[in-house]
Amino acid sequence: MNWTQLLTDIAAIIAVSAPLIIATMGIYLSERAGVINLSVDGSMLLAGMTGFAVAYTTNNLILGFVAAALVGGFIAALIAYLGVRLRISQTAIGFVLALLCTDLSSFLGNPYVQQTGPAVPAWPIPGLTSIPVLGQLFFRHDAVIYLSLILVPLLAWWIMRTRSGLIVRGLGERPDALFARGIDVIRWRYLMVIVGGVLIGLAGAAYTLDLKQGWTYRHMAGTGWIALAIVIFGAWRPWRILLGCYFFAALQTMASRLQDNAWQIPTQVLQVAPFVVMILVLAVVNSLGAPELQRWINRLPMPLRRVIRFLTSPAPAALGKPFIQQ
Amino acid sequence: MKTKFVALRTPVIAMGVGIAITAVLLLLAGADVLAAFGVLLSGALTSPSRISDMLMLLSPLLLCAVGLTTSFAAGQYNLGIEGQMTVGGVAAMWFLRGYHDGSPVVLFWIGAVLCGMLMGAVWAMLVAVLKRYMHVSEIFAGLGFNFMALGLALYLVFGPWKRPGVASMSGTEPLADVLWLPTITGTRLTLVTPVLAIVMLAVVWRLIRHTHWGLQVRACGLSALASVRMGVPATRRTFEAMALCGACAGMAGALQIIGVYHSLVPNVASGIGLMGLLVALLVRADVRWVAFVALFFAVITSGSIQLPLALSIDSSISGVLQGLIVLAIIVARARRGEESA
Repeated sequence: MNWTQLLTDIAAIIAVSAPLIIATMGIYLSERAGVINLSVDGSMLLAGMTGFAVAYTTNNLILGFVAAALVGGFIAALIAYLGVRLRISQTAIGFVLALLCTDLSSFLGNPYVQQTGPAVPAWPIPGLTSIPVLGQLFFRHDAVIYLSLILVPLLAWWIMRTRSGLIVRGLGERPDALFARGIDVIRWRYLMVIVGGVLIGLAGAAYTLDLKQGWTYRHMAGTGWIALAIVIFGAWRPWRILLGCYFFAALQTMASRLQDNAWQIPTQVLQVAPFVVMILVLAVVNSLGAPELQRWINRLPMPLRRVIRFLTSPAPAALGKPFIQQ
Repeated sequence: MKTKFVALRTPVIAMGVGIAITAVLLLLAGADVLAAFGVLLSGALTSPSRISDMLMLLSPLLLCAVGLTTSFAAGQYNLGIEGQMTVGGVAAMWFLRGYHDGSPVVLFWIGAVLCGMLMGAVWAMLVAVLKRYMHVSEIFAGLGFNFMALGLALYLVFGPWKRPGVASMSGTEPLADVLWLPTITGTRLTLVTPVLAIVMLAVVWRLIRHTHWGLQVRACGLSALASVRMGVPATRRTFEAMALCGACAGMAGALQIIGVYHSLVPNVASGIGLMGLLVALLVRADVRWVAFVALFFAVITSGSIQLPLALSIDSSISGVLQGLIVLAIIVARARRGEESA
């Protein structure tokens, strides 16, 4: 493998993981606020289909993205109403909505199958593209990919370094403490889930209007579940989630590269390889964080313990638990 | 009497809401709403061959849903059901490949179904172990194992078990004709699958509702901690419930191979497990309603297959209708304060 080939591959990985990053950041926001939005897979399909349909009919990309964001936000608002206000099991409604929105996208999207619509244009940033290496890696993409690059640092800074970010973290860890300090937990959770849903909707449109242009039956089904898994893999930390997205995209790129391989493995099998790796990593990382193992881990030398601490980080304590105002 | 009437009313209203939203969607798509509902409800019942096709969907669906009521009773969201069905099919195919002319066919059928059940149970146990000892959510472990099962089936179809010369998604070399489960003349339906599905329904009903074991499983589902304090072996009961669910799914997968596909196809499960999850969400651990709800879902799903031809409407509307009804009923229950978190 030569140097230019490697650069092209990395640039491609950065590009293909853009929708995944946007979606995972949406999930991250919502889960940091203590609410699981399990509908991601269906939400992305329905939002992506709507985005494509609107952009196709109006020939306006911006309207397409706005429509997708609205759909994502609407489904999230429904989950917030049912899960946060009515306190129904978030797993149950999320799962049903995932299936429902998938079928809805097939039903409503039927007229738009195989149509050619508008697509996000490439937008190399003048001046910056000529920087060696970095220019090729980061500055020869389009607006959606730049958004994915900005989103992670922005969210990481907001959640970890600002007062309102602290409130968001509090929603997922100790909502009762926030309530005692006079913060309207329900309203904040609503807000965070909806903002998360908007990002998930945008991610759907990022597929249909940019990375996998157009619409087909169950266009990018499966990616939503991957995004949900990556957030767990990333242990609810933005930078590790980003790493997870790139890792997954790299595995997929490798899988398609190895298609004409010497191992005699059929190509279709390689396409499921990333999922296998993801589950294995989840198993190892989560079991390292298991309370049963803490006694053994505490006996290890300090540097090793640091590594394990970094690898394992618990889920937000109040994740999926409804808040009952006293 | 009055409370019973109220209890009956809310699900009925919820179903009405689900149907009304579906009607609006059909209107939006420019379809003849009444005709569409007519096809959905009766499309599967108009001819013997259509009824048999509906029963061919109903039987594995019932098996999955029955299994899932067990895992739901134990409080587990077994999203890995599709994978458990797939490996059940793989195991059955593995067993049947050992067939030689003149061997006792019935023994091979029984062996294949048992292999499928065993493999399905193992696949479900993997998820249960990952959840219990490695703290991986059963939802994501289950999904991961679905993809792994699909990978395994694809590998076999395109690799070691491929049709000589041509490997394709359409499956492996078909089984010898004698190994196909006999069908009712004129249809593709075999009676074995519906009968086994009903047997499993009765067995699971008895286990869950009328045995000490079932009581303990339900206790684990309500509160694992409380049941441990009461001396229930919660880990063991949860594992057993998951294994039983996997066995049901594996049986469904094996029967799809012997009775329907007659070769290993990659997509053994084809969404039946997910539909089973919808059924199970609707009935929860209440086994009495499983057959009724599964029948309703099977009728509208088979009926919807005629929609594109009869009225040029996309058949996914049946899935939309099912999802809306399940969602509406879950909400109705919550508003009655019956179910929270």
